[in-house]
Amino acid sequence: MGNRLDMVSNLEGVDLNRHDKNNIIKDTPARIGFKVFNYILLAALAIVCLAPLWHILMLSFSNPNMIARTTGMVLWPLAGTDARGGDLPMTAGGYLIVLKNSSLIRGYANTIFYVGAGCFLSIVCAAIGAYCVSRRTLFGAYLIIIMMVSMFFNGGMIPTYMVNKALGLVNTRWVIVLNGMLSVFNILILMMAFNNLPQGLEESAQLDGAGHFTMLFKVALPLVKASIAVIALFYAIGKWNEYITAQIYIRNPKLFPLQIILRQILLDAQTPAGMDTDISAVLGKEGNVQELVKYCTTIVGTVPLLCIYPFIQKYFVKGIMIGSMKG
Amino acid sequence: MRLSDIKKDWLRNKSVYFLALPMLIYFIIFNYVPIGGIMLAFEEYTARGGTLGSEWIGIKNFITFFSTYYFSRLMRNTIITSLYNMAVNFPAPIVLALLLNEMENQIFKKAVQTMSYMPYFVSTVVICGIIQDFVGMNGPITAALVKIGALSAPQDLLGIKAFFRPIFVISNAWQGTGYGSIIFLAVLSSVDQELYEAAKIDGAGRWKQTLHVTIPGIQTMIMMMLIMQVSMILNVAMDKIILLYRPTTYEVADVIMSFVYRRGLMEGAYGFSTAVQIFNSVISMLLLVIANATSRKFSEFSLF
Repeated sequence: MGNRLDMVSNLEGVDLNRHDKNNIIKDTPARIGFKVFNYILLAALAIVCLAPLWHILMLSFSNPNMIARTTGMVLWPLAGTDARGGDLPMTAGGYLIVLKNSSLIRGYANTIFYVGAGCFLSIVCAAIGAYCVSRRTLFGAYLIIIMMVSMFFNGGMIPTYMVNKALGLVNTRWVIVLNGMLSVFNILILMMAFNNLPQGLEESAQLDGAGHFTMLFKVALPLVKASIAVIALFYAIGKWNEYITAQIYIRNPKLFPLQIILRQILLDAQTPAGMDTDISAVLGKEGNVQELVKYCTTIVGTVPLLCIYPFIQKYFVKGIMIGSMKG
Repeated sequence: MRLSDIKKDWLRNKSVYFLALPMLIYFIIFNYVPIGGIMLAFEEYTARGGTLGSEWIGIKNFITFFSTYYFSRLMRNTIITSLYNMAVNFPAPIVLALLLNEMENQIFKKAVQTMSYMPYFVSTVVICGIIQDFVGMNGPITAALVKIGALSAPQDLLGIKAFFRPIFVISNAWQGTGYGSIIFLAVLSSVDQELYEAAKIDGAGRWKQTLHVTIPGIQTMIMMMLIMQVSMILNVAMDKIILLYRPTTYEVADVIMSFVYRRGLMEGAYGFSTAVQIFNSVISMLLLVIANATSRKFSEFSLF
């Protein structure tokens, strides 16, 4: 454990793109050859990473009749004419259907609730926990041991399910919020951050008559904002994309998070309630509308995270160090 | 620890202890009580008896598991899937990081990084939806395979046993390689630049520098990742598998965790599947200890 924690603190603030001007390598022919190869390979990799999503994005604007006819990669929205010369235009109709669908919207709302409530509780609890173990108390070390043990041993899927069932949490919103709410790693990360705060801070705050809550929320937390941001960020991303907890515990369709709705539409080829009538109203009966709806749903379910991740790249190193310790 | 110390500590810190109480209760309920729940593995679970009152049957559940044909099938599938996955997805991020590290054009490098992280942020459900679409009857990958003659006629590749593991491993590579490279890039950029200078003075070219400076620089991280992966060999993530497998591909796709999920939670064989999971955890723990000891012996690095 010590090794891994050291590594975290060593790598904080590392610049991934540091480039040392003094270490420019002489261009031998072999080096130039390698450089060209490197450009081509990396460009190809980047394209491979993008291509599937681009394909889906383009299909989501395509004409449903054309979708049924195509097999290869789609680089541009499909449009054309049918056998009798009728026009088959591109369409955003799929999105109209998807965005009007009440179960999808409810899934979105549920997920936002799970992410928001989970994030808030998780941060507050981790902060309080970290504060408690970072105080110099007689039994603090035992608290840390209790947490660490739970990191290496757990009951596994079935016993955990039985506990949640016994608590009456199955089929409630709380099961999603509470499961995985307190993470030992987050507590340890915050604890280290608190320990690194200057000693005098605590003493002067105490002289000013600050209680524990003031100490924690007004003095300590604002100084470890960066750690908090990273923890919140990774918690939110994980929660947004997670489906397995809901899959195990939630039966009531009203409580389904977005991912379960996506599963129904994308993988089980189910049409959520109310979508059938929408489909015929917007696009008519013909063509591969089911497929079009799938593509639009994929985009609608994925776009929020894809829009934000480029802006939070600078937090990845730290986040991954936290995450890789979870191994 | 004297009684008077405890008293003094209590007077001074009791509010801290009260603050810590909810956290303690959380860990007891959600971590320690389930650990007690593994006694399910030694019971013939009945709904009336519950966890505490069901009939005690000793290690019968374990014996049942070892004697069914599921045992060899699950072990084989889990280990093979894991090893395939490790063979591709362990070196891939390291190679990508090394290539990115050699890229001197910072804008290009940054663009490639951003694009290669993207798949990581697509959820498992959506990834599986995309996979299903790409290797389905009309999918682009199916079409490409038909074109190069690897397939005689378009069909749904997820229904074919021989394709399941390649699909699983390749889609993991697509999703995880870029993101996995971040950690190695971070370590690479903390390698001491003076070592490169010294190597250059000794007449080492870039390739020699990579071999003798760069790789030793990230060796510790590589070992750390390897130990963790070895200890995870039996824990093939089930979330993707239960979305992709079908009864026709159970033969090659079903792994220990997906079996525990299907048998335990869907069919209600609580005792039996808890036994399977305990077996899994014990072996994983052993693997971790063995991997750690081996690493300590050969590279002087260990996790604990």
